Amino acid sequence: MSVAVAEKLVSKESHSQSKSLWNHAWESLVSDKIALISMVIVSIYAIVAILTVTGVIAADWSQEVGASYEAPSAAHIFGTDIFGRSVLLKTIKGTEVAMSVGFVTAIVAVVIGVALGGVAGYFGGKVDDFIVWFYTMFSSIPNIMLLVAITFIMGRGLVAVYMALGLTTWVNLCRLIRAEVIRHKEREYVQAATAIGGGHSRKMIKHILPNVFHIVIIQFSLLFQTAIKSEVILSYLGLGVQGRPSWGTMIDDAKLELARGVWWQLAAASLAMFVVVLAFNLLGDALRDALDPKLKGKS
Amino acid sequence: MNTWLYVLRKLIYTIPVLLGVCFLIFLLFNVFSPDPASIILGKHATVKQIEEVRNELGLNKPYFLQYLDIVKSAFTFDFGRSWQTKQDIWDMMKQGAVPSMTLTIPGFMISTVFAIIISLVVSFYRGKLLDKGTVILCVALMSIPSLAYILFGQWFFAYKMSWFEISGYESGFPYFIPYIILPVLIWVFLTIGPDVRFFRTIMLDEIYQDYVRTARAKGLSETTILFKHVLKNAMIPIITYVIIQLPFLILGALLLESFFSIPGLGGITISAVYASDLPVIKAMTVLTAVAYIIFSIITDVLYTVVDPRVSLK
Repeated sequence: MSVAVAEKLVSKESHSQSKSLWNHAWESLVSDKIALISMVIVSIYAIVAILTVTGVIAADWSQEVGASYEAPSAAHIFGTDIFGRSVLLKTIKGTEVAMSVGFVTAIVAVVIGVALGGVAGYFGGKVDDFIVWFYTMFSSIPNIMLLVAITFIMGRGLVAVYMALGLTTWVNLCRLIRAEVIRHKEREYVQAATAIGGGHSRKMIKHILPNVFHIVIIQFSLLFQTAIKSEVILSYLGLGVQGRPSWGTMIDDAKLELARGVWWQLAAASLAMFVVVLAFNLLGDALRDALDPKLKGKS
Repeated sequence: MNTWLYVLRKLIYTIPVLLGVCFLIFLLFNVFSPDPASIILGKHATVKQIEEVRNELGLNKPYFLQYLDIVKSAFTFDFGRSWQTKQDIWDMMKQGAVPSMTLTIPGFMISTVFAIIISLVVSFYRGKLLDKGTVILCVALMSIPSLAYILFGQWFFAYKMSWFEISGYESGFPYFIPYIILPVLIWVFLTIGPDVRFFRTIMLDEIYQDYVRTARAKGLSETTILFKHVLKNAMIPIITYVIIQLPFLILGALLLESFFSIPGLGGITISAVYASDLPVIKAMTVLTAVAYIIFSIITDVLYTVVDPRVSLK
C-alpha cells in the first residue's frame, strides 16, 4: 500500500510541473515533416489493411476483369495477372498480409526480446549468463536457415510466417534492452524504489521498463519493415503465404513473367512495399532522434 | 593478462555455445521436423521402405547418438550424403566455395570501400543537403525488396539491353568474370545503403569526441582531422563490423547465386530448400554457425589488440 501511495504522490507532482520525455518526443516528431509524412503513410496503409480485412474494399480481387496479362491501361492501372485479375486490387489486398506480418512479427519479437533482455539485465549473474548463451546460439545460425527450419516444422501458412520471422528477429532487441537495463538498475530511482519496499517485478515493470521503452518503440518500427521485406524471401523459397495475394508472391511470380515482358505485377508490388518500408525506416530514424536521450543536442 | 590466455579462455567459452547450437539444430531438424523418410519416399511408401530409409539415414538411432553425430560433424565436417544428388556433402561444399567467393569477395570489398569513402565525405558535410540527401537515398535503397533488384537487374540489363550474361558460370580465373559483373553490381546496391548509414553514425560519434575539438583548437584543417584522426579511430568499430560479416559470405549470396545459376554454396542451399534436402540444409547451418563462432573470437581478440583501452577480461 505505502509504495503505491508514495508513487502516486510523486507522480502527481511531476505531472503538473514539467513535460515528460514523451511529450518532448511527440512535439519534435510532429514538427519534423518527414516523420509526420511517414506517420500519415503508415496510418493509410493500416487503414487500407483494416478495410480489406473487413471486406469494404478489394473484396472482389479474385474476379476476372479482363484477358490474361493485359498491359496497364486506363481501365486497369497496373494491368492484369495470368488469370485476368486486376493487379491493382491484388496489390491492395496484399496490404493485409504485409501489415499483419509486420505487426504480429514485431509483437512476437518484442515480447521475447524485452522479457529475456529485461530479466538478463536485471538479475545478472547466472541468469544473465544463460540468456546471453541462449541468444548467442540464435545469432550464430544464419537467419535464413532458421526461417527455413521453422517453416519446415510449422508447415506453410500465415502462422508459420509470423512465428518464423518473430523467432529470428528478437536477438538484437534483447541485446539492446539487456544493456540498457544494466545501465539503469543501479540508478538512484531504482534504489529509491527498493528503499520503499518495491519488489523485483514492481521495479522491473513499473520503474525500469518505462525508462527503456524508447528502445522498444524504435525497434518496433524497424522490425515491422524487416518482416515485410522478409516475407518476399519466404515466398521465393516457396514457404510463404498461400491462397491469397501477398506482395511477396506477386514479386515471386515476376520471375516467370518478366521474360514475357510482363513487368507490372513486379512494379505494383515493389512500389507498394517500397513506400511503406521507406516510411517505417524514416519513422524509425525520426523516433530515434526524438527519443534517444544520448542524441539530444547533437546535429 | 596474456593474449594467448585470453584466446584460450574465449575458445573454452565457445564450447557451450557450439554444443548449444548443435542442440538447437538437432531439435529443429531431428526432433521437430516432419519425418524425412516420408519426404523422400512420398505418400505411397510401404512401411518396409520407410524403415529401410530410416535405417540408412540413421534416424532409428537413439536421440542421444543423433545429437552426437551433429556435434561430431561440426569438427570432422563429415555431413554424410545429400538425399537429392547422393554426393558427399563436404565435397559439394568444397566445390561450391570457390564460385561463391568469386562473387561475394569482390562484391563485399567494393561495397565496403565505397561505403567508407561515401560516409567520410558525408560526415565532412554533416547536416548539409548532401548529407541529408545521401542518408535518405540510402534508406530508399534499403527499402526496395532484394528480389526486386535481382529480377529487374537481370531482366533489364542482361535480357533487354544484353550488357551482361543472363546467367551461367565458367570456372577458372579470367573466364568467370563476365558472369559475375552484374551479380556483383547488384550485391553492391543491396549492401551499400546499410553500410553507409552505419559507418556514418560511427564517424559522427567520433566527430563529437574531445580529441577532435583539441585538434580543431590547435588549428588543423578539417580534412586532416577527418583522415588522420577520425578515420583512424572509426576504423575500430568498422573493422569489427566487417569481420563479423565474413562468415556469412561463406553461405554466399543465396538469391543472387540461384538467379544467376552460379554453382556456389548459396545456390546449393536454395536448391536443397526446394527439394527438402535436410542433410544439406543441416550441414550448411552447422558450417556457418561454426564459422560465425570462430570469427567472433577473432573479432574479440582483434578488438583488444587494436584498442588498448579494452581490457582482456
